[in-house]
Amino acid sequence: MIDFFRWCESTPIGRAIADSIWAFPILEAVHLLGLCMLGGALLVVDLRLLGVGLTGQPPARLARYARPWLVASVIVMVLTGVPLFLSEAIKAYYNTAFWVKMCTLPVALTFTFAVRERVARRATEDPGVVGRIVGAVSLALWFTVAAAGRWIGFS
Amino acid sequence: MIERFLVWLGETPWSIALLESLWVWPLVESTHVLTLGLFVGTTVMMDLRLLGIAFRKVPITAFTGRLLPWTHIGFIIMTVTGLLLFYSQPLRYYHNLFFRVKVLVLLLAGANVAIFHNGVHRHAAEWDRDASPPRAARIAGAVSLAVWTVVVVTGRLIAYNWFDCDIQPQPAWVNWMAGCPVPLR
Repeated sequence: MIDFFRWCESTPIGRAIADSIWAFPILEAVHLLGLCMLGGALLVVDLRLLGVGLTGQPPARLARYARPWLVASVIVMVLTGVPLFLSEAIKAYYNTAFWVKMCTLPVALTFTFAVRERVARRATEDPGVVGRIVGAVSLALWFTVAAAGRWIGFS
Repeated sequence: MIERFLVWLGETPWSIALLESLWVWPLVESTHVLTLGLFVGTTVMMDLRLLGIAFRKVPITAFTGRLLPWTHIGFIIMTVTGLLLFYSQPLRYYHNLFFRVKVLVLLLAGANVAIFHNGVHRHAAEWDRDASPPRAARIAGAVSLAVWTVVVVTGRLIAYNWFDCDIQPQPAWVNWMAGCPVPLR
């Protein structure tokens, strides 16, 4: 396993970012901008599922509008996150926060696009108890991903 | 005058304790970063609506009435954690080029909010359901997206000491903008 991480760090992209003064900070800043949009696209729908925020609007409508921005922000996060990882893969290997993030991320993505998407799209009126649970689980999962992601830099 | 106050502020016991703490400083900083998702996130969604790009069938007053309180909560958390972070190293941030740019752009962001709410939003009832809002509202949305992007990027770059006063030589304009007291030659 560690050999794979060593290989990641030795890739030309990983080397170029690690050797550059500006590349890592700029990728990080764009990763943060992606986080802003991801947060907004998630919250608009999750708050509504929880029965707050844009009440009076059908959750299905909000989810339909938010979806392209959700997908776009996930793409931005991956396109900036992967190079950031490549530049310090060995450090990441020994970093607990990194593994917490990488274990939670697939769960959050699957839950968002398989479960939450379906529940939100069907909810034309009040989403009820199921909606509340789905909204809360979604926020909890993504909060864990974001918090663990931030903590990679501290440990 | 300002410098002497900031030196004093940075030498207060709580400032030193905050900067040197193993857990509190990272927790405050993480809260500041994660709240971006709430504060800038909800702001961006409203900007997209103002631009007529997304949420075209959702009335503007739904955003300014029901989503804005959440943006306000985000703003309060950002301000409290941001002030705490400044308090942990006041003099360093005061002379940080990115911090100075961030504060200036924050003022622009505040002016944009004030102009929007005292201007075109006063008559929001007239264009509430327009898929594409009036020009003044679209401009407010575009300006908001631009200024918050700059605030996030410069905010992140404050962590880097590239232009700090003790890193010399620097171009004269850098030392001038960072307010470095004695530019070394």
